[in-house]
Formats: sequence, C-alpha cells, structure tokens
Amino acid sequence: MAVAQKRPATTSKFTIDDKLKARIIDDYITPFVTLLILLSIWQVFSLFNQNLPGPIRVVQDTWKLILYPFYDKGGTDKGLFWQIFASLQRVLIGYSLAAVVGISVGVLIGLNRRVYKGLDPIFQILRTVPPLAWVPIALAALQQNQPAALFVIFITAVWPILINTAVGVKQIPQDYTNVAQVLQLPRSEFFFKILFPSALPYIFTGLRIAIGLAWLAIIAAEIVMSGIVGIGFFIWNAYQNGQVSEIILALVYIGLVGWGLDKLMDWLQHKILPGQVKD
Amino acid sequence: MANPMIATSENVTSTDPGNNFKDDFLVINNVKKSFPTVDGEYVVLNGVNLTIKQGEFICIIGHSGCGKSTLLNMVSGFSKPTSGTVKLKGKTIERPGPDRMVVFQGYALLPWLTVYENVYLAVNAVYPDKSKGEKDKIVKDHLAMVGLTEAMEKTPTQVSGGMRQRVAIARALSIRPEVLVLDEPFGALDAITKEELQEELLKIWNHSRSTVLMITHDIDEALFLADKLVMMTNGPSAAIGEVLEIPFKRPRDRARIMEMPEYYKIRNYALDFLYNRYAHDDDAK
Repeated sequence: MAVAQKRPATTSKFTIDDKLKARIIDDYITPFVTLLILLSIWQVFSLFNQNLPGPIRVVQDTWKLILYPFYDKGGTDKGLFWQIFASLQRVLIGYSLAAVVGISVGVLIGLNRRVYKGLDPIFQILRTVPPLAWVPIALAALQQNQPAALFVIFITAVWPILINTAVGVKQIPQDYTNVAQVLQLPRSEFFFKILFPSALPYIFTGLRIAIGLAWLAIIAAEIVMSGIVGIGFFIWNAYQNGQVSEIILALVYIGLVGWGLDKLMDWLQHKILPGQVKD
Repeated sequence: MANPMIATSENVTSTDPGNNFKDDFLVINNVKKSFPTVDGEYVVLNGVNLTIKQGEFICIIGHSGCGKSTLLNMVSGFSKPTSGTVKLKGKTIERPGPDRMVVFQGYALLPWLTVYENVYLAVNAVYPDKSKGEKDKIVKDHLAMVGLTEAMEKTPTQVSGGMRQRVAIARALSIRPEVLVLDEPFGALDAITKEELQEELLKIWNHSRSTVLMITHDIDEALFLADKLVMMTNGPSAAIGEVLEIPFKRPRDRARIMEMPEYYKIRNYALDFLYNRYAHDDDAK
C-alpha cells in the first residue's frame, strides 16, 4: 500500500522532468538547429553568387555596426539602435493615434447599424490600399517627411483596429444586452461593464494585426523619405552605397523588432484578458 | 383541499384597499404573436389568455417550439404581442424592466466580473440612491441566501453550472422584482443539483413571495414548485390548453407529496395531455 502510494509520486516527478526536456528540445534546440542548417545553405548558395554576401561575410562587413549600436556622428549617420529607436518612436505616435481613432470610431459604427452599412464598404476598400500607395499623397498633402510618415502609419494601422472593434461591438452576445435592458443600465455602465469588456478580445485582435502593419508601413514610408533618421532610410541609404551586408543586417533587426512587438501585444493580451483570449 | 395562499391574499386585499391588482396582477389578454416569413405570416401564439394573481408560482409546460419562450418574452418586454395585451398591474408592458427580472436560460452572467460584481451591477442599477454600504449588504445577503458567500470573489467561469445558476437567481432576487421570470432555469443541470436548487428556490420564494413565471420541461419539477401548471397546446398558433391547480400545501416536502395519490393523478393527467392529446409530431425532440 505504502509502496503503491509512493510510486506515482516518483513517476510524476519523472514526467515533469521529461516534459521540461521535451519543451527545451521543441522550443529551443529544434529552431536553433534549423537556423544553423538554413545559414549553411545560405553560405553555400552565396559561393555561387558574388552579389549576395553569405552570413559570414555579412558579420565581417557589419562587425562595427553590431558592436556599436549607440554611436552618433550627427545627421543620419547614427548607430542601429538610434535608427530603430527613431522608427519605433514614429510607430508609437502613429499607432497610438490609430488606436484612439480606430477604437472610438469602431464603437460608434458598431452601435449604429445604418452608419455601419454606410461606411463598411468604404472601409473595406480603403483597408486594402497598401502603405506605400499612401506615401505620395501624404507627402503631397503634408509637404514634410515627419508628419507624412506618421500619417502613413496611422492610415495603415487604423483599419484593422476600427473594423475589429466594430465587429466586436456588433457581436456582443444577446444575453448580455438583454441583461442590460432588463436592468435598464445607464449608458456609461453599459459601456464600461458590458460593451467594452465584451468587445475587448476583438479590439486586441485588431491591435495586434495593426502593430505588425504599422511596423511594415514605417519601413516602406521611410525608404522614400530621404534625409531622416530611421531604419527604413538606413536600408535605402545602404542600397545607394552598395552595402548589401548592411541591408541584410538591418533586415534581421527589423524582423526581430517586429517579432518583439507582436510578442509584446501577445503578452499584453494575456495580461489584460486572462483566460478569454480569442485567437 | 383549500389553498391557504388564496385565503391570505383575500385577507390582505380587504385590509389593503390601495392595491387593486391582487387578483389580476398580470393579465395576458387575447394575445397573438406572429412573425413575418417568406411564406407569409407565421403565427406562433394565438388567443392566449391567462390571469395571474400576485404571489402565484406559475409553471408553463409544453413541447419545444410551442411558443413558451415567446410568451415569456412578452411578459419580460423583449417583444410585443402582434395583437392583444399583456398588462402588469393594469399597465401595458412596453419594454424590459427590473420589475420583471429574468433568469436567463444560459445564466447570462458577465464572465469578466466576479460573482459579487455580477450581483452588485444589478443592485447598483436598480437602487442608485442607496449608499454603498446598503448595496453591499443586499448583495452579500442574497449571495448568502443561495450559499455562495465563499465563492463571492470568483468569476463565473471558475464555478460550476449549479453555482452559476445560483448567482443568476441571487442577482434576480436581489432587486426584488414584482415578477420573476425563469426560462428553463434548471434544464442544463444534473438531477441532484436540480433538486437542490428547486428546494432553495422554493425556500427563497417563501420569503419574498414575488410572482413567479417559470418554463419547464419537467412535470415533477412543476408539481413540486407551482401553484398552477399552465399546459400549452402545440404550435403553430399555440394557445393555453389547460391550467391545472396544484393543491399541495406549503411548505412542500418532496417525498411526502410524491406519496400522495393526487400526485399521480395530476402527473398522469399532465402526461396524457402532453403525450396523447397534444403529442409532438416529430419524435426526434
């Protein structure tokens, strides 16, 4: 009897260890080995194409940029940290604006069927306009690089937030609106206790799509805006000077930052909506 | 067997001349409800008449699709009759309101609020002028009444189905509605929890004595709870087929009433109504 009781305890301990091992293999070792394989394929490939540097050349060429991300020689000649920081700042401003406008307009059109029917087709068309297509009109209308860049981020990021919020508001379960009706809840109570929490998973889905798009848009916008500090222009500048290794390094950084932003939203989503995340 | 309930209500009527609606408290008069469809008008209910006294416990029984929920929706005010009237204390029901609180089929608790907050939301909406302390006491008293003091800070997703239904009942009773509307409240629960909750509901109702309108599929449940059992005919154009008086004295003891010969007489009568006289066409239900 005593033995029989002890045994499951030890086996369960083993399974925890096994699970941890399996997780390390799944989540860290497998991706790492895959990365090494891909890098070697790239290295071999670059032997046959002189225009594309291999991973080893890239690191050799950009060693200084990797080591000194914080250097600042004035003008646009700054370390990669400052380039990314400038781009992120623009994203933050444009994105916040898009979030505020997207959520409030989304709630408004979600609540009013007529307004929704009127605006939805227009939004559906506008949201498919690629970020780069907005750049000329933004530059023409606003004349300056900085506000134009912010506008491009805003206009790219606002649609998924707006449309998801509207859908979230429209999809409030009938049960909840019935409760609000029976209790004759005041508007503010209805908004904060029922509408907003109920639509929140949808709003977050929109916010998460939008952060990816905003990051996509800023790179596109900066590439055509000469003379500003930012990772997008950094790439364009490197291309003009034929520094392909720098472009590749910048691409890696852009990818890492984009991934980080997505993870940040994911973390926020789980933090704010524990247990009711809609994927 | 004389119903002691009626005796008391008559007494109260004679000593309380201000209240003129003791006997026709809730009056459903010649109600028809139809919905437009592609094939023309679909009549769900037609010629429904029912008068309910204040403080009565009414169970409504009938096959699925006979319009029980439609009828209840007109009492709670979510929909209006196509013709005819539904009046509470002489006033036509126009919209939902806390005087006709509903215990919804799916509980309808807000999952982002705790059990306490769910009840507080209702209390706060109905008694905005009461102090925070008073509202807090009402919430806690009602949660204690359904035995949920321990689970107060949990969210609805963290408690069992039976406990969720208790929260819904506590929320409904906390605002002291004149009519309590229950749409198959115990349908999704296991047999033991169901019996427990039926007993609790009766106990609480004994205190508050609000008028209760409840849909059920379970004849035994109706016989244990109700003063009157309203049996509906089949749709389309369903109406009230018959109203049975349940004569058992209160407080009721389940085991005791089940031993009474009348229990089986009424039960068989109701079963005969449902499965012979108004048998459902499709047996899939």
